[in-house]
Amino acid sequence: MSNLREFTKGFFRENPTLVLLIGMCPTLATTTSAINGLGMGIATTFVLICSNVVISLLSGYIPDKVRIPSFIVVIASFVTIVDLVMNAYVPSLYESLGIFIPLIVVNCIILARAEAFASKNKVIPAFLDGAGMGLGFTMALGILGSVREILGSGAIFGFKFIKGDGILVFILAPGAFIALGYLIAFINKLRKA
Amino acid sequence: MEYIIIIISAILVNNIVLSQFLGVCPFLGVSNKVNTSVGMAGAVTFVMVLATVVTYLLYTYVLVKLGIAFMQTITYILVIAALVQMVEIILKKVSQPLYQALGIFLPLITTNCAVLGITLLVIKKNYNLLEGVVYSAATALGFGLALIILAGIREQLDLVNVPKGMRGAPISLIVAGILALAFMGFSGIVR
Repeated sequence: MSNLREFTKGFFRENPTLVLLIGMCPTLATTTSAINGLGMGIATTFVLICSNVVISLLSGYIPDKVRIPSFIVVIASFVTIVDLVMNAYVPSLYESLGIFIPLIVVNCIILARAEAFASKNKVIPAFLDGAGMGLGFTMALGILGSVREILGSGAIFGFKFIKGDGILVFILAPGAFIALGYLIAFINKLRKA
Repeated sequence: MEYIIIIISAILVNNIVLSQFLGVCPFLGVSNKVNTSVGMAGAVTFVMVLATVVTYLLYTYVLVKLGIAFMQTITYILVIAALVQMVEIILKKVSQPLYQALGIFLPLITTNCAVLGITLLVIKKNYNLLEGVVYSAATALGFGLALIILAGIREQLDLVNVPKGMRGAPISLIVAGILALAFMGFSGIVR
């Protein structure tokens, strides 16, 4: 039962992007379309699960003083794996996410979960926590990506349903900030209600 | 001339926060007060330029020579973490009030994607060392500029009656969006 709660808390109650407001850079930068957003979310989820499991296993062996550098090395190793795999198998997605794939290393969500949860818990809760948080993050990116794609280019997952252009500004930088602002305001409203 | 183009492009046209979305966390986190943002901008500038020099030399003379360029990400993040630790120790000795004010955000420079992002971009854009230093310094200035403008606006926002659900993060994000819209006016000055 408590394991289930570790899994589901990332979806809504402690959603990393929409409630805790961490991991903003990839959220804003990679959500120009639903596919990009989901791709980024899945890559991050993979790194988050792997690093949570490894850090939870290693937590007894890492001296307290050097724990943050050790966590970062673990995370960076998995990011390098993701980077190479995506470059090999999904080159078009790799191109459009660009520099934000190596930058998964500095996504605050991953380090925050390693420090606050994985290093203090057993493997199974750590795995579920990583999976839940990762899926919550993916969900937020998917929603934001869809909203921006619908408004900005009148399409969803690449299928266009209007003629001509959408409201172009939503694809560009300012639209990212504005769309996320309204999305968070909406979530705040839901949580209070 | 080349350097002037790099500088203008990094500060205004391709502003790191407002058009490239790097360093958004500290951008939203410490932009409550103008004073703290100035301190944060200073710390980021220092770390960013230093990190660019160190990682550039490491990449060209160690990683490429040994044929292990894929270790880039891991090496860079360790260099940055060490530099941040150093800045923290120095700041603690030199300026206690600033150290207190920056609080939790100083160690967070390690996970400031702007710093890692710039060191990666310098390699990606094939800059030489001098161009890289100019580029990273200008980018840090652009970061400081955006941070201080937003802090100024947010200090005023405290006095305004904002609808309940929009208070805090949402209104800051929308202000940042309008700021980004204003910065888009610079596009077209340089490619």
